[in-house]
Amino acid sequence: MRLALLLTAPAAALARALDPPLRALQRVAGTRGMIAFFLLPNMAIFAVFVLVPMGANFLYSMTGGTALFLGDRSFVGAEHYARLLDCANHLDPNSCRDDKFWTAVWNTARFVVLQVALMTTVAMVTALVLNREIRGRGFWRAVFFFPVLLSPVVVGLIWRWILQRQGLLNWIVDALGFQTVNWLTERGTAFAAAVGVSVWAHMGFYALILLAGLQAIPRALYEAAEMDGTRPARVFWRITLPLLMPNLLVVLVLALIRAVQIFDEVYVLTGGGPGTSTLFLTQYIYEIGFASLLRNPGLAAAASILMGAVLVVLTLAQLALARRNARR
Amino acid sequence: MSPLAFLARRRGGRGWHWTDVVAWAWLAAGLVLVFGPALWLVASSFKSPRELAAFPPTLLPYVAETAVVNGAEKPLYRVTFADGTTRTLAELRRVGIVAQMVDPAAPGETLKVPIADRTPVRSVGLAWSNYTEPFLHFDFLTYLRNSVFVTATATLITLLTNSMAAFALSKYDFRGRGAVMLLVIATLMIPLSVIVVPLYSVISALGLFNSLWGVILPTVATPTGVFLLRQYMLTIPDELLDAARMDKASEWQIYWRIVLPLTAPALAVLAIFSVVWRWNDFLWPLIVLSRKELYTLQVGLNTYAGELNVQWHYVLAMTVVTMIPVVLVFVFLQRYITAGIASAGIK
Repeated sequence: MRLALLLTAPAAALARALDPPLRALQRVAGTRGMIAFFLLPNMAIFAVFVLVPMGANFLYSMTGGTALFLGDRSFVGAEHYARLLDCANHLDPNSCRDDKFWTAVWNTARFVVLQVALMTTVAMVTALVLNREIRGRGFWRAVFFFPVLLSPVVVGLIWRWILQRQGLLNWIVDALGFQTVNWLTERGTAFAAAVGVSVWAHMGFYALILLAGLQAIPRALYEAAEMDGTRPARVFWRITLPLLMPNLLVVLVLALIRAVQIFDEVYVLTGGGPGTSTLFLTQYIYEIGFASLLRNPGLAAAASILMGAVLVVLTLAQLALARRNARR
Repeated sequence: MSPLAFLARRRGGRGWHWTDVVAWAWLAAGLVLVFGPALWLVASSFKSPRELAAFPPTLLPYVAETAVVNGAEKPLYRVTFADGTTRTLAELRRVGIVAQMVDPAAPGETLKVPIADRTPVRSVGLAWSNYTEPFLHFDFLTYLRNSVFVTATATLITLLTNSMAAFALSKYDFRGRGAVMLLVIATLMIPLSVIVVPLYSVISALGLFNSLWGVILPTVATPTGVFLLRQYMLTIPDELLDAARMDKASEWQIYWRIVLPLTAPALAVLAIFSVVWRWNDFLWPLIVLSRKELYTLQVGLNTYAGELNVQWHYVLAMTVVTMIPVVLVFVFLQRYITAGIASAGIK
């Protein structure tokens, strides 16, 4: 308490000092002016760093060249979009004009499906286990939540260290008498590692949302089912799952939104490799826009708008779900 | 009551069901899978480069014991001779598969020993130099300072601007409030990864490229923060504000002296989240910062880990350092976060 006082004392002094000028402002501008004053800092930052860039993104996607400032860029119309979407067969990246983009698209699609399915399942089981009458539930809930707080760089490095050629996993594999595998330099295992590590890092968050949903289900329903002698499997399908559906949908959509943007931990873990086997959309945008020698901001902007369109659809779905849940 | 019976006892006194076994197995597996990798990281971070290169690895960090021979420190080995006797000898030098060794007690006589006949003398010990070297001889102290500055400043600005906006959006009825709320919601749809290209040029145009402020400013106006605080402020009764207005309080005083203190629990949750978010940020600092002395810990760590010849003993130790604040948050404040997620679904 005393610490809190110590920390807030300078802020309080500043606020007191600000009162006379702000009182004057209120006299001049009225309450309406004060509303604007309260909104201004946040909205100005929103405008400069979110809204302006969002509008500029469309302009970038329709101009060419490597120049950064819009004034120095020449108008090319929909050329970037045409280049990104130009494919003989969209299922085969090699037949596309921008094969790297489509490799990233299909990698991301595969990742999203596998990761969301695996994560939702694991989170569901974890939530069901945590919802039982177990000793020290708070402790166990915290255990599963721990990786959520870790930074993607730390997560990536922890697992890179475990999955490296002479790492912990190969030691276990070796001790069990199997052939060791170079997990991060083989295409299949590297992709599986990307999925597994991201599930490890984020699962606890979704388990918590599902747990909150489970705890909101009235106990009376279970007691009634028990009195009727209903089998546990039937209780799950007929009571738990239907009543949990709102939370489950929220979890699905949130997980989808995050999975589409996957970048940090996989970038640290595999760098997109081996080859392009773990190259995902955000990394494609980052490399085309900033990191490669032949950088092309326009192309990166076009790709990010295509990704943004998917995210807008998913977010609208999320908001619709939230509204429906709130009305209940 | 025996320990086993105590562990097996269930609430309500019913017996064991197979689902209990599955549940406890799941929890045990979770415990191992969650903390195992983190503990392995910590254990590895205290190993010397030589030990890190060894396969199979050891569970605990060891250091080689040494003895002083002719004024120089030499590693000790236990040597088994052909007749079955063993002696502890110090290695002078090694030529191919033969080592020249001496007894530290009698340094006059040099013995030639095949290296297959000896094992190093080791004891559990921590290679603290993994931690001290990066701070003394590399830029990690600078990275740490940058990270602390970015995290603290961004969190303070987030709390101030978000709470001011939330106050206006919850305690005043004005035309265009719906539009402003819609704008805030709209920004939820635009994650940073979608606007990196134009945001980069905005930052450059403002002269914030290669500046820590360029990392801080784009992230502070979080829509989640505005939402969280607004929901909380809506529960504060308006009569309280009206009473203060009767007493000639200014709108600023109402915000600062009445609403803000009452919003403290929500502010605390937002502060915790903001600290974790900003400390962990990676993609945006990676883009904005290209000068080494401005790197945050995350970017610096990634750079060292991305070198051709990774110095794992330093990288692992610095990964542990990067993890420390988050572990502290986890140990002391985890309850608030889990409560925040359960109620608002924010992350």
